[in-house]
Amino acid sequence: MRRRPVFLITILCFGFAFFYVPILSMMVYSFNSSRLVTVWGGFSFRWYEALFSNRQIISAFLLSIEIALFSATFATILGTMAGIALARFTRFRGRTLFSGMVTAPLIMPEVITGVSSLLMFVMMAEWIGWPGSRGFTTVLLAHITFCLVFVATIVQSRMSSFDRSIEEAAMDLGSKPWQVMRDVTLPVIFPAILSGWLLSFTISLDDVVITTFTTGPGATTLPLLIWSKVKLGVTPDVNALATITVVVVGVGVAIAGWLMNRAEARRETDARLAYQTNA
Amino acid sequence: MRQAFSNWFNNKGWIKLMIGIPFVWLTVFFLLPFFIVVAMSFGTNTMTQPPFSFGGEHPLLNFVGYQRLFGDWLYLRAFLTSISNACGATLFCLLIGYPMALALTRVSKGWRNILLMLVILPFWTSFLLRVYAWMGLMGKSSWFNQMITSAWNALVPVDWAVNFMPMMHSNFAVILVMTYTYLPFMILPLYANLERLDPSLDEAAMDLGTKPFGVFRDITLPQSIPGIIAGGLLVFIPAAGELVIPTLVGDASNPMIGRVINDEFAQVRDWPMAATVAVVLLILMVGPMMAYSHYQSIAEGEERP
Repeated sequence: MRRRPVFLITILCFGFAFFYVPILSMMVYSFNSSRLVTVWGGFSFRWYEALFSNRQIISAFLLSIEIALFSATFATILGTMAGIALARFTRFRGRTLFSGMVTAPLIMPEVITGVSSLLMFVMMAEWIGWPGSRGFTTVLLAHITFCLVFVATIVQSRMSSFDRSIEEAAMDLGSKPWQVMRDVTLPVIFPAILSGWLLSFTISLDDVVITTFTTGPGATTLPLLIWSKVKLGVTPDVNALATITVVVVGVGVAIAGWLMNRAEARRETDARLAYQTNA
Repeated sequence: MRQAFSNWFNNKGWIKLMIGIPFVWLTVFFLLPFFIVVAMSFGTNTMTQPPFSFGGEHPLLNFVGYQRLFGDWLYLRAFLTSISNACGATLFCLLIGYPMALALTRVSKGWRNILLMLVILPFWTSFLLRVYAWMGLMGKSSWFNQMITSAWNALVPVDWAVNFMPMMHSNFAVILVMTYTYLPFMILPLYANLERLDPSLDEAAMDLGTKPFGVFRDITLPQSIPGIIAGGLLVFIPAAGELVIPTLVGDASNPMIGRVINDEFAQVRDWPMAATVAVVLLILMVGPMMAYSHYQSIAEGEERP
């Protein structure tokens, strides 16, 4: 019998309190009727009403969603290609450089990525006259670039635990390389591609720093709008917005987790059944 | 023509496209900007639009920006503040994250999945809103600040009593919020590392009469050093370049380097100087970044070639 690790359990409770008390406090105060964000003035939905009647917030939200959808999709296509290339083709000219370019943006301070993207767009405008002004397109290009490395990393690590012999079998049966990709590789790594897309979507939806540097007039995303609001201090309608975000994400993650657990359980049952039938 | 393309595509062409397209993309949108920043750091600030130019006999040997950076205490202090704040956040993440990661390996499998999800969940919600949550808690009249204030007043002599804790706009606030937002980055690599350890080693040591703390010190801790380093760098590197947190809760008179870069860009509009500071920050981070990718693969148990 092992002793219950009392110290570890205590610190676990403390840690989760540290994670969730600020979020819960913010959620509670979103229902505060007082304009003063720290003094409780009774229960009300007024900040939610204010939020949904604020056209600026709604249009910023729609723009953010649009950018996130496009950048996640393009980043997933490019990132999947990069991940497969890095996992499958171990020898080609410039592989070290390629793998460095995939790893570096993952951990580089965002402010450097932001500054360098902005300077590149400025220099390109000088050299080839494009982009004429910064806005939707420049934000999108910057988001695709830093999301694609996350997809590439996820896909690469999935590919490395993938039984190569089924690809070779398809090759031996006369499939062309792109047919092997379409019929064997992509279906097998599909869960990794999907989680790469979801991660890209949330990263793009949430980004402040790179967007501040690459955006221009007329392209204010939701994080930029919140950023400019909270720089001036705490405002109750942001509490309401935060509460909605946490609830939506929480429910989404819970459903995803439940589906994954169920799929796992079903796979285990299937494997057991198959085993019994064979035996 | 079509036949030739189809032959090319089915032989080598497919592979070339798979490598080539992302390679070219990253070269144009990641590597090229990086060289532009380096070139810009040798430029001169002018009143033109865009506000820089390259001049003189040797346009790429203009070290004015670097001389200013190493001669001006403001820039050096910003680097020191960034590094000390990032070290502080890394240390606190380790102190809280290590026991949490260890505890996660000891709970039952059902609980473990739920708790891991709860660690990751804040990461999926907005980063900005998590920083914002602390702005609400640290303000003068918030319940949290008042609670800390009463605790302080009860413990210290009457002369030291205060009306509220000056938490906002300080390096303390920056370290606290960075610890909060980066804690999952510490817990997850550590958990991945600790989970792979063989429990029979612990049991063998226990059977030989080692006390639990001795087992931790002699068996668990040494084996988790790659995880500690990987997690620590994953916190340290982004924390050192952090822009959002010091802008919202930091001390404006003693800024961190991310904020200096942003201010040089947006307010002073001295782009070459901003590029110079960014290049120096990047050079400082290259070592930690390489160390990270080295220890990351050890912590995950991959074999090094």
